[in-house]
Order: sequence, then C-alpha cells, then structure tokens
Amino acid sequence: MLRLILSRVALGLLTLLAVSVLIFVATEILPGDVASAVLGQGATPETLAVFRHELGLDRPAYIRYLEWLFNALRGDFGVALTNKRDIVTSISPKFDNTMFLAGYAALIAVPLAVGLGIVAAINDGKWIDRAANIVSLAAISFPEFFIAYVLILFLAVRSHLFPVLSTVFPDMSLGHRLYVVALPAVTLTMLVTAHMLRMTRSSVLSIMSQPYIEMAFLKGLKRSRVVFVHALPNAAAPIITVIALNLAYLIVGVVVIETVFVYPGIGQFMVDGVTKRDLPVVQACGLVFAGAFVILNTIADVLAILVNPRLRKAR
Amino acid sequence: MRIFGYKPSLSAWIGIAIVGTFVFAALFAPWIAPYGEADSVSETWSPASHDFWLGTDNIGRDLLSRLIYGARTTIGVALVTTVLSFILGTTAGLLAAVSSKVVDQFLSRFVDVMLSIPLLVFALMILSMFGSSLGTLILTIAVLDSTRVFRLARSVAMNIVVLEYVEVARLRGEGLPWIIRREILPNAMPPMISEFGLRFCFNFLFVAGLSFLGLGIQPPLADWGGMVRDNARAIGFGLPAPIWPALAIAMMTIGVNLIVDWILSINARPSGASAEM
Repeated sequence: MLRLILSRVALGLLTLLAVSVLIFVATEILPGDVASAVLGQGATPETLAVFRHELGLDRPAYIRYLEWLFNALRGDFGVALTNKRDIVTSISPKFDNTMFLAGYAALIAVPLAVGLGIVAAINDGKWIDRAANIVSLAAISFPEFFIAYVLILFLAVRSHLFPVLSTVFPDMSLGHRLYVVALPAVTLTMLVTAHMLRMTRSSVLSIMSQPYIEMAFLKGLKRSRVVFVHALPNAAAPIITVIALNLAYLIVGVVVIETVFVYPGIGQFMVDGVTKRDLPVVQACGLVFAGAFVILNTIADVLAILVNPRLRKAR
Repeated sequence: MRIFGYKPSLSAWIGIAIVGTFVFAALFAPWIAPYGEADSVSETWSPASHDFWLGTDNIGRDLLSRLIYGARTTIGVALVTTVLSFILGTTAGLLAAVSSKVVDQFLSRFVDVMLSIPLLVFALMILSMFGSSLGTLILTIAVLDSTRVFRLARSVAMNIVVLEYVEVARLRGEGLPWIIRREILPNAMPPMISEFGLRFCFNFLFVAGLSFLGLGIQPPLADWGGMVRDNARAIGFGLPAPIWPALAIAMMTIGVNLIVDWILSINARPSGASAEM
C-alpha cells in the first residue's frame, strides 16, 4: 500500500512538472511573444529588439523555462509588466482571500452534499430523491452569474440582508468577514453541492447494487445497518474522489464569482492580468490554480487508497 | 408524434420547445426583433413598458431585441466550437485506438496533462497571449474541449476495435482509413451523439462565462454573457436587467439537458462516457 501511495505522489509531482512546462509553452513559445503582445502593432523592429533584450527573451527557451521554474520554486514570480510590482507580494493576500472563500463554501457544501446524496440514494425513486434530482439538475444548468445576480437582487438590493459587494480588508474581524463573504460563499455552495450530490448519489447507488449488499439484505439485516456498515465504507473511496473533484471545480468557479462580487481574490487578479495582457501575472496565477488542482486530485487519490477496505491489509 | 421512431417524454417535449424557440429566434432575428441590434432607442435602463417589453440596457438599447440577436451569436459560437471540437477529438481518439501503442500512449499522456489544468485557467492564459477575436476564441475552446471528446472517443473505439467484424475487415486487407470510416465510426456514433449535447451545454456555458468576464465575444456583437456584464451595475438600482440574459442562458442549458436525458434513456450509456466538467 505504501508503494501504491508513493507512486501516486510521484505521479502527482510529475504531472505538476508537465503542467509547468505546458503553461510555459502555451504562453511563451507560441507565435507572437510577450514583447510584441505588449507593444502591439505599432512597434518597430528596433524597439521590439530592445524590449526583448530587457525581458531576456533573446535567450533560448529552455534556459528561460528553467530559470522561471527555479525562481517559481523559490517563491519568486518576478515583477508584473504593467506596474513593476513584485508578483508574490501582490498575490499572497489575494491567495489567502480566495482560500478563505473556497474554504468557507467547502465547509457548507461538503457535509450538505454528501448527506443529501446519501439520503437521496437510500430513498431511491421516492419523492425526496426526485426533488433532489430536479433541483440539482437545475443548479448545474444555471451559469454561475445567474445564481449570483438573483441572490444579489433579492437578498442584497431588495431586502438589504447582505452587502452587494464583498469588499474585505486585512484588519476585518472574522465575524464581519464571514457576513460580508456570505453571498459569494452561498453561490459557490449551490454550484458545487449540485454536482457533488449527484455524484455521491450515483456512487452509493452503484455500491447498493453489488451482490454483497443483496446478501446482507437477504440475511435479514435492517436497512440502516446495511447502509452504514456494509455500503458506506465501500462507497467512501468514490465519495472522496467526488469531493476532491468538486473542490477543484470550486477553485475554478471562484474566478467568475469573484468578478461578480468584486472580491479581491486570485481569480479576479488573473482576469485583470489577462485584460491587461500581463504575461508574468497570468503565468503565476495559472501555475497557482493548476497546482492547487493537481494537488487536490493527488490528495484525493491517496485518501481513496487509504480508506479502501480492500487495500487495508497488505497481503 | 414520433422523432426518429421514438416517442419523446414530456420533459423531452419541454426541452425541444425551449431549444426550438431559441433556435427560431437565432435564425430569424432580423425579422422578429422589434428594434436593431445596436440601436439606442431610449434612455438608459428604462423599465419594462409596452414599447420595450424587457426594458432597455446600459446605453438605451432594447433588451428584448438584444436577447434575440444574442441568441444568434451565443448559440452559433457554441455550436461551431462543439462541432470543431468533435471533429478534432473524434479523429484523434479513433486514431489512438487503432494505432500502435506508442502513438496511443503519446496522445493519451498528452491529454492527461492537458486535463490536469482547469479549462477556464488554460483558456485565460491562451487568450491573454492572442487577445480575444472570434476566431481565436472558437479555436481555443475547441482545442481545449477536444481533449474531453478524445477520452470518450478513444474508450468507445477501444471496445469496438477488438470485435470480430473489425478483425474480419483487417484480414480482408482493408486500409486503416476505410476501417475507421466504415466499421468503427458508425458503431461509435450513439454514445457520441448524447455526448455532443453535453459538450454543447458545457461550451455554451463556457463561452457565456468568458464573455461575462469580458474575454469572450466582443462588442458590438450582442451575446448573452456580455449582456449580463454590460448591465451588471443595474442590479445595484434594483433593476432585473442582467437577470434576463442570464435566465436565457439557463433556459437553453436546461432545454438541451432535457433532450440529452431523453436520448440517453433511449440508448443506455456505455462505460467510459463521462459528463466531465
């Protein structure tokens, strides 16, 4: 089992490395480099050459990649093109904000979705299952900003329960911060809960159709005992994978939600960087997002190995 | 009434009605819309009235007309993207299934790495490089989305390649292109069709999301995501202006989903199919 886990972690690290290459290639080597993107159509060959030299673009690509990677590993993403500020110092408070929002949403969404998913699966075909099914299908079909604006219109503008914009300051008290960030967190919760609920339901249902569950029923065990003692330990692995997948989705969903609520997080920072065509900023944000995505998936796989009853004893 | 020999369920009819309405609006926009796509006809954000059924937008254009024209761009771009993505993904997927192990491994591992970067983040990076023209937008999303199609096409084709009739065709001395076109593709079709609906929904939401961020379809073209963005500030005055285009996006996705659900219930889903996010 240890070998299995170690190989999974190694694979995760390898993926991270490959992802960093891909990010670098996608943004640097494609035709039209940073210099021509920044200077635009009016650039003369001379200014282009000078600017390329200033950015160090006249050196071979693989050297620039290694330099970028090692600097990034040491926690140095360089400076933003537009305002020459150090990227790490501007990213880190935004990163904390995003993590706060995502964590907030996850704390509500995970217990809610897993609980409802199990309830729906146990009551397969009854009204509570159908209701959960319809509501979650609707929530999946809605674009993020639709839910967000409906919530803003009714809860913030018409009834003044919550603030319209989620502006946060570093020296805010936790209670006030929780209150201000409530609306974006609820929006995110609705988005991921729907996915998670459906996936939890189907993974529990697929376990419930296994022969050993039928056997447990035939032994005359009570339904609750079959579900909690026989089915759930085996459903845990797929459920954990589902949770991690959705937390990864949460990280991406954050981009749009932050823009709607003008929340100072890393998603808004990235969109800003894209609009201003600030390549180093976009690369850094991309690496952070992709890194979080890969790390979450790796953790999920390791946890899934750990909780799988069939892999518990080394034989 | 029957469609392709099957009787649609009630929810399928609702889906067909919704999608039909929007497609009709998209096709005949200039004849249906009461005002022009870019004409300022009233004051900023005038409320819904007899002249303007949904009110007007941030520079006084009729919201209903913009919605009708927007159906054209938003649905059109998503459709072109999905078709392109399926051509790319299916070709690569079938190729991986019938080719040597080296080619298959190369394509599959490459796609694995692509899949480990969130789509939106990847798209943002590429758009920051090229800027957002309609062509780049469609091409970027199509290429990124084709990695998802590749996975399904490959796994479906893998199950077909080992069957007897493919073996027979091989022994008969047919060429690889012939086998792909005449033996594998027709049999891989049913699962790919329902996947097409799901991918369309995904791309549709994706294009709308990018436009909402200001990085997708650019003005003066009307599109639903961009309309939400343009009218976002109206919400602060308690006006529902951005809700209408957002609602249209939601309705369209629900409509397609209902149809896909019905198609899925006709032919059960094979293994390997996934509604990946």
